[in-house]
Amino acid sequence: MSIQGPPEERDKPVGVGEPSAAGSRSWRRAAAPYVLLLPSAVFMLVLFGWPVLSGVLQAFGYGSATGFTDAYWDRMAGDPVFWAAVRNTLLLIVVLIPVQFCLGIAMALLLRAKPRFSGVYFYLWAVPLAISDLAAGLVWLSVFTDRGYLNSLLEQLGIAGVDWLNYQSTTKMLMAVVIAELWRSTSLVLVIVVSGMQMTPRDYDEAAQVFGATFWQRLRHVTLPLLKPSLQVALILRTILAFQAFAVAQALTGRQFPLLIGETYWWYVQLNDPNVASAVAVVVLGVSMVTALVYLRLLRSPDAGAR
Amino acid sequence: MAEIRLRGLVKAYPGQKAPAVERVSLDIPDGEFTVLLGPSGCGKTTLLRMVAGLELPTSGQVVIGDRDVTYLPPRERNLSMVFQSYAVFPHRKVRANIGFGLAMRGMPRDEIERKVAWAADLLQLGDFLDRYPAKLSGGQRQRVAVARAIVVDADVLLMDEPLSNLDALLRLGFRAELKKLVSELGTTTLYVTHDQVEALSLGDRVAVMRDGALQQVASPLEVYDTPTNEFVGGFIGSPPMNFLTGAVVNGHVDLGGPMLPTPPALASFAGRTVRLGVRAEAIGLVEESAPGAVPATVEVFEPLGSAVLLTTTVAGQQLKVQAPATFRVQPGETLWLNVPEQHQRWFDPETAMALETRDT
Repeated sequence: MSIQGPPEERDKPVGVGEPSAAGSRSWRRAAAPYVLLLPSAVFMLVLFGWPVLSGVLQAFGYGSATGFTDAYWDRMAGDPVFWAAVRNTLLLIVVLIPVQFCLGIAMALLLRAKPRFSGVYFYLWAVPLAISDLAAGLVWLSVFTDRGYLNSLLEQLGIAGVDWLNYQSTTKMLMAVVIAELWRSTSLVLVIVVSGMQMTPRDYDEAAQVFGATFWQRLRHVTLPLLKPSLQVALILRTILAFQAFAVAQALTGRQFPLLIGETYWWYVQLNDPNVASAVAVVVLGVSMVTALVYLRLLRSPDAGAR
Repeated sequence: MAEIRLRGLVKAYPGQKAPAVERVSLDIPDGEFTVLLGPSGCGKTTLLRMVAGLELPTSGQVVIGDRDVTYLPPRERNLSMVFQSYAVFPHRKVRANIGFGLAMRGMPRDEIERKVAWAADLLQLGDFLDRYPAKLSGGQRQRVAVARAIVVDADVLLMDEPLSNLDALLRLGFRAELKKLVSELGTTTLYVTHDQVEALSLGDRVAVMRDGALQQVASPLEVYDTPTNEFVGGFIGSPPMNFLTGAVVNGHVDLGGPMLPTPPALASFAGRTVRLGVRAEAIGLVEESAPGAVPATVEVFEPLGSAVLLTTTVAGQQLKVQAPATFRVQPGETLWLNVPEQHQRWFDPETAMALETRDT
């Protein structure tokens, strides 16, 4: 049996009599993973770490005439529009995300039933993914504006037009933004859920059918639990992206319906105050990170693991 | 408990030339263990899935007990099933997996607990009830799938190649266990497999399928000994049945030199070609002088432990012969063989169907 190799060679201590060479070899081996990680680490630091750091520093006045200060935070918090933006952003998330997930899951279930032309439906439903959000906002502006498509249609039907984007009605504006955002971003949920469904074998659902589960029981006890990893990804992505909602609302309502990222833009471009803009951006960053952590904790699987 | 009656079941998939299942009619009496046997792609799983309600037939009828269930959803058919992949839910503990069917039926919790304990005990899963399936071996997951299937009081138990994912040793052990379990439960069972040994060992009856159609439905021994056509003979048995071709002349069949006496019933085939089917272990090793002895040249000698397998040629036609374990012969030597009449099975080469030569 030569599996172990000739013993005299094996037993000979490696590198005896030449300690420096052995030392450098083991050092090189220990360093290898770090060397391999270096390019991506540098990449992350330069393109992600540095902007974040400089943003945070800027929010505290670093490099400006005032020096290190929390005055910008005070200015941010003292602006009533900021709190309106916080409220609107949260409202948007609370209304948009649940509706969006119900729709996305329902659409994925419809596709799984393999109706005729299901491939065509999938591509049609995924189209909004490819459309820029500003373009989507402008399209929906042409729908909701006072003499837009929707009101024209209503007039054709003999119903008086509605001022959907009236700046005095936050409810109507919220509804318009929610509908536009639903149209624009539900396809992301759909695509993630569909791919998750394709990864779970059909056998589970069939076993549930055979063992007497109704549609709702199957959905609750089998389909959704098996989709949990995909739902988790979709939920984190969609919530973070919803915190960043900007262009659609900007196109539809301007600053009548302020959102947090819109405020960053406003402070930076219109008020020419990059420090307060950074402070708002840091708020968005912090809230996004906390939300992602909360989701990861809440949706953590017990030690079931994959099959 | 209920009988299953299948009436002219057809399943055709759009875009395919031949239907996957072609006019299958089959009666499975109450409490019987029937095995659907066939090569892969013969439509046996499709047939099972139509009984389960996971596929709808193109035409035909499925009756369980006194109910026509052809178009009922699976959950209204009161059946249970063991899947080839086991389909044990990865996100539920073993306990919840076994109790799944009961919970879906809204059974009180303490009764579920009692029944799950009973099934777990039967399948030696008592220690694993609070584990997740990911922490179980393949054999244990298989047991969970079986426990989940037997714990519900189903009319019909369906099994789709349940042993095919187990390794050979486990399969052998669990096969006997499964047979005992199912016979004690007495549930009407339809079992799909491509493994002919499994089919013979488990089934009260074996239904052999090929290209979507039933070939023979009979007891395991009958299917083995008296196949209705060459396909069944050639599919079942290891080695499969031997086939020799020859012309019928004067009460003998001419195998291309050697003559073998034929039964009187073949007299009407005089001058025509017939095929003789014979099992390897039914062939006798005899003296040259014995009546009906045929010379064969040994090509390959394979000791199998419990027997030796000889590959021989008789006038250019291959013939596998099983001899006692102590038998010794060298390749190239000539043996004298005979085929006892009760082990001869004659086939019409044009239709490949068996010819009935025995008085019944």
